[in-house]
Amino acid sequence: MNQLLEISFSSLASSIHSWLSSAIANATILNVVEMAIAGVCLLVFLVPLCFVLGYMERKVAAFMQLRLGPNRVGPKGTLQIVADTVKLIFKEGLTPNASDKFLFNLAPIIVVVVSMLVMAPIAFAKNFQLWDLNIGVLYVTSISSIAVIGILMAGWSSYNKYSLLGAMRSGAQIVSYELSVGLSIISIVIMTGSLKISDIVMSQADGWWIFKGHLPIFISFVIFVIASTAEINRAPFDLSEAEQELTGGFHTEYSGMKFAMFLLAEYINLFVVSAMAATLFLGGWMPFHIGHWEAFNHIMDFIPSSLWFLGKTFAIIFIIMQFRWTFPRLRVDQLLNLEWKYLLPISMVNIILVTIMAIMGWYL
Amino acid sequence: MQRITNRAVEINRNPMTFGEKLYVPAILKGLSITLSHIVKKKATVSYPEKKRPFSPVFRGLHVLNRDEEGRERCTACGLCAVACPAEAITMEAAERKAGEENLYREEKYAAKYEINMLRCIFCGLCEEACPKDAIYMSETVMPANYTRQGMIYKKTDLLIPHPKKVNAN
Repeated sequence: MNQLLEISFSSLASSIHSWLSSAIANATILNVVEMAIAGVCLLVFLVPLCFVLGYMERKVAAFMQLRLGPNRVGPKGTLQIVADTVKLIFKEGLTPNASDKFLFNLAPIIVVVVSMLVMAPIAFAKNFQLWDLNIGVLYVTSISSIAVIGILMAGWSSYNKYSLLGAMRSGAQIVSYELSVGLSIISIVIMTGSLKISDIVMSQADGWWIFKGHLPIFISFVIFVIASTAEINRAPFDLSEAEQELTGGFHTEYSGMKFAMFLLAEYINLFVVSAMAATLFLGGWMPFHIGHWEAFNHIMDFIPSSLWFLGKTFAIIFIIMQFRWTFPRLRVDQLLNLEWKYLLPISMVNIILVTIMAIMGWYL
Repeated sequence: MQRITNRAVEINRNPMTFGEKLYVPAILKGLSITLSHIVKKKATVSYPEKKRPFSPVFRGLHVLNRDEEGRERCTACGLCAVACPAEAITMEAAERKAGEENLYREEKYAAKYEINMLRCIFCGLCEEACPKDAIYMSETVMPANYTRQGMIYKKTDLLIPHPKKVNAN
């Protein structure tokens, strides 16, 4: 192996770890210091990520509507989102007089913290994970459903009928779509036999689940993308903020940085959901291999694993963004019909198919 | 029903078939349309740098014309004010003094000529009514203004620059 390949995220992390453990003797302090470093790295990663996603969202929206999109601030409009952030920082963060001030200020923090917590078990590259716990998938599903508390809190404490309506809709929506997300994750867990994210990625070394899982896994992939789009309140399932009906829904009363935190959480959630889809169905950081084409497989191996992961994630982000600018918003009854009458029964039958497949070993 | 154009399409009100109720073909069709828009020619332009040409019949802000020697063509006959359906034009006539032959083409001229752009509906009837080819509608879009008074355009705003003075500059 040449010198270039040695520089990877995993070697960077292990060298930092060995350097720190030689410097700090106490194991507890070492842990705390490493956690702090990991947290700072995450924050440093998240802010540019949100800039990229914000820019991407606006450009994708523009292209789908035959517009040019932002092209004034910075080269090709790349700094537009920086200008928007500066504007949001300088805006006054109003708190309505009649609101429950403690909950009102707490809600955006909860939403952001929850979406950041979900980042922990995501495998960004080969052997590079903040926290590879043995119930990784369960952790992601359980923590991400806490976000609804933050949204309900925001809607309730605003003392505004539109906020409350939006929050209630969001509650009904997240609680119901959680089921389909969970069931489609379970289909992968059945195939892999492990809840650990690194195990799930390793099980796809000889082929991604979407290819070797045949039709049932493909169905659960589609259900996962649809249901998680609904779970992160993105259009066409953005009933909780439906601008045309609810003037912004649960974040009607928020302004300035508190509003920016909801926006931040939305983009982090979008990234997390796409990263989960990439990890579970598209092999995470695993390169694309075709059977016994050794030369082709070697070329694919040369692409760094972090690029594989980010490429897959952004492909799914693009698809979810495309949903937003293609489909009209669903009505509340249509939304719940779609989940309870179609997605949930389909995924339940699908689970049985996947189980039969796993028992009989009908995959590669 | 009698069809006026051949573009009318009859709506299919048959109940949806099972295939249509699945919505999958419709969803894929929608996605392919938005995907194809990425490579399509954009419908918008970057405005201040790139401007679309106006149509030849576009009616923008008025201008008061001069003849080749730079003399004002308007004789304050008032036909434009009569033709104006919005009653936006007012004028005061005056008689040309001796020595002003280089300023005004005929013996009578408009001492005051005002168009209230807030009243004007840009119909172009003044342009048609003018017997002296004095008033024309240009290709300039009406700019905004801070006051109502500023929207009343005076002769200084309307008259085109003197051809000889422009050349001298």
